[in-house]
Amino acid sequence: MYRYDEFDLSFVKQRTEQFRDQAERRLKGELTEDEFRPLRLMNGLYLQLHAYMLRIAIPYGTLSSKQMRRLAYIADKWDRGYGHFTTRQNIQYNWIKLEDTADILDALAEVEMHGIQTSGNCIRNVTTDHWAGAAADEIADPRPVGELLRQWSSLHPEFSFLPRKFKIAVTGAPNDRAAVKVHDIGLRLHKNDKGEIGWEVLVGGGQGRTPMIAVMVRDFLPEKELVPYLEAIMRVYNLYGRRDNKYKARIKILVHELGAEKFRSEVEAEYARHPAQTTEVDQKELARIAEYFALPQLEKLSRFAPHFEQSKLDNKEFARWARNNLAAHSTQGYTIVNISLKPEGGIPGDATGEQMRVMADLAERYSQDELRVSHAQNIVLPHVKLEDAFTIWQELRKHDLAAANYGLAGDIIACPGLDYCALATARSIPISQAISRKFADLDKQEKIGPLKINISGCINACGHHHVGHIGILGLDKKGEEFYQITLGGSSGDSASIGTILGPGFAGEEVPDAIEKILDTYVKLRQPGEEFLAAYRRLGPAPFKEALYAAA
Amino acid sequence: MSEIEKGQVMTANRLRDGEVVFLTRAGVWAMAIDEAVLAQEPQAVAALEARAKEDEKATLVTGSYLFDAERVNGKIRASHIRERIRAQGPTVRLDLGKQAEGTAGSFAAVEG
Repeated sequence: MYRYDEFDLSFVKQRTEQFRDQAERRLKGELTEDEFRPLRLMNGLYLQLHAYMLRIAIPYGTLSSKQMRRLAYIADKWDRGYGHFTTRQNIQYNWIKLEDTADILDALAEVEMHGIQTSGNCIRNVTTDHWAGAAADEIADPRPVGELLRQWSSLHPEFSFLPRKFKIAVTGAPNDRAAVKVHDIGLRLHKNDKGEIGWEVLVGGGQGRTPMIAVMVRDFLPEKELVPYLEAIMRVYNLYGRRDNKYKARIKILVHELGAEKFRSEVEAEYARHPAQTTEVDQKELARIAEYFALPQLEKLSRFAPHFEQSKLDNKEFARWARNNLAAHSTQGYTIVNISLKPEGGIPGDATGEQMRVMADLAERYSQDELRVSHAQNIVLPHVKLEDAFTIWQELRKHDLAAANYGLAGDIIACPGLDYCALATARSIPISQAISRKFADLDKQEKIGPLKINISGCINACGHHHVGHIGILGLDKKGEEFYQITLGGSSGDSASIGTILGPGFAGEEVPDAIEKILDTYVKLRQPGEEFLAAYRRLGPAPFKEALYAAA
Repeated sequence: MSEIEKGQVMTANRLRDGEVVFLTRAGVWAMAIDEAVLAQEPQAVAALEARAKEDEKATLVTGSYLFDAERVNGKIRASHIRERIRAQGPTVRLDLGKQAEGTAGSFAAVEG
């Protein structure tokens, strides 16, 4: 199980003590807000609409039961009994008091957690596939490399004052679940004919107000060269990245202004200039890190799970949940349980302290003490025996955690929006709730098939609307909320940015508009054709027609 | 006949806990928007700004700013939904925030 080094432990403790002192000085007036703001942001503390908000990193989305229980404790003791799992494998609390924050950071440090690298113009916490180390299709667990990059980038003096924030995503599976093509740097593992592994390096992807798909700069980088090569990329960015205009400062702008060819040659020239050996990855060190992520000792089980099969026959509701929410595990007899935090009409990503404790208990008993947080705002139990699935489902049902909509229309990704966020221009959550209710019928959801609906409450795109099959962006038109709909986005292997379909809608019109889009799809699809494929074949015309043609 | 006056309200977050507050005629920060003073003259606006700056220095509040509002029958209605949400709490959690604590404004965040 992932754990901190002794170095990290003392460092996080030290950082927490520093923050306590900084907060006290702020409250006494010895620090102005301008002086204090960067310090609190470095620890994940924002000021939002109703209170302070604390954002806590969940490295690689990996949590132990003990850590999840601590998150529940924080929710109950210092917040309002719940937390919000974000689209970047973080959790945030919405009702935090400045005067409590140092105590909360202490409570987190006790379980090796913190809010470092969740804010500011640094390399942010590295994100990975939420099924890492468990998925059947995986070449290798991407988390050791993620951890290597975290250790390298944490407070790296050269990369702590970048032109802008910097996000890295890593996937070790051919089916990209980490959205590597819409990150500043995306790393994707490949295996060649000789059985060797190498990393595809993608640079310059991103969402926000200028969405872009990353360009490939290396197709097969040996693992030991990862750090020196990424250093070369960071140096080129540090040197040429624009600092004069916040909106042009991300590396994606540089990559696309220079062009892929020129950018690549700059990186290669920089790479050639520095002897790689000095920062080349020590294989012993990587092996040591990899031990933290070693697959737990799983039992040798039969492929056939009689109790599981019988439960599906006996209970249609369970069968549906098993069909939608379980994923193939690399080990025979095991499965990956995806707990949807999207109950009908619920708030995507929100979980109460009680629900967190229930999930922690289930993980302790049935999933090797391990949980994962996904960027789709769901929770994963990564190592579950198929024979335990029915018991888990029964327990989840008691706590409103058994929504059988994983990957379907009800599994909506939404940012907090104007209900909480100081940057938002419109609300996201009520739109999500209305769509969720409109498609409450699970038969209907299953008939529609795999679908990603993403909602952002402003152009910063925390709800990842650009890469939703259906993306919804909330904007402010003269003080009124209105919503733009985009179609055809994807963060998967064939990543694409959605295109705006036409004029926007008032909030109450959005669910009907989504229904018209999906009715059109169902009418025009070929057998077995998923929404995204159908949209790519058909283009926007029939959907525009359905939405905007005069009645 | 309802009487409508237009003006500006000074708001901030309380430094120690982030609570949304509004500046009153008496120069103190209130939890409820209806207690806010509606500044209609440039002089009154300047006085609010001066007071807010002072209270920021005194570490009472942080991030102060003015927003457009109107007084309708003695109650304050913020022009923008953002400020109405701040004066009430999240529209998706009516059990939380000012709306649940007896310090809500008189105008719902969502209108129409």
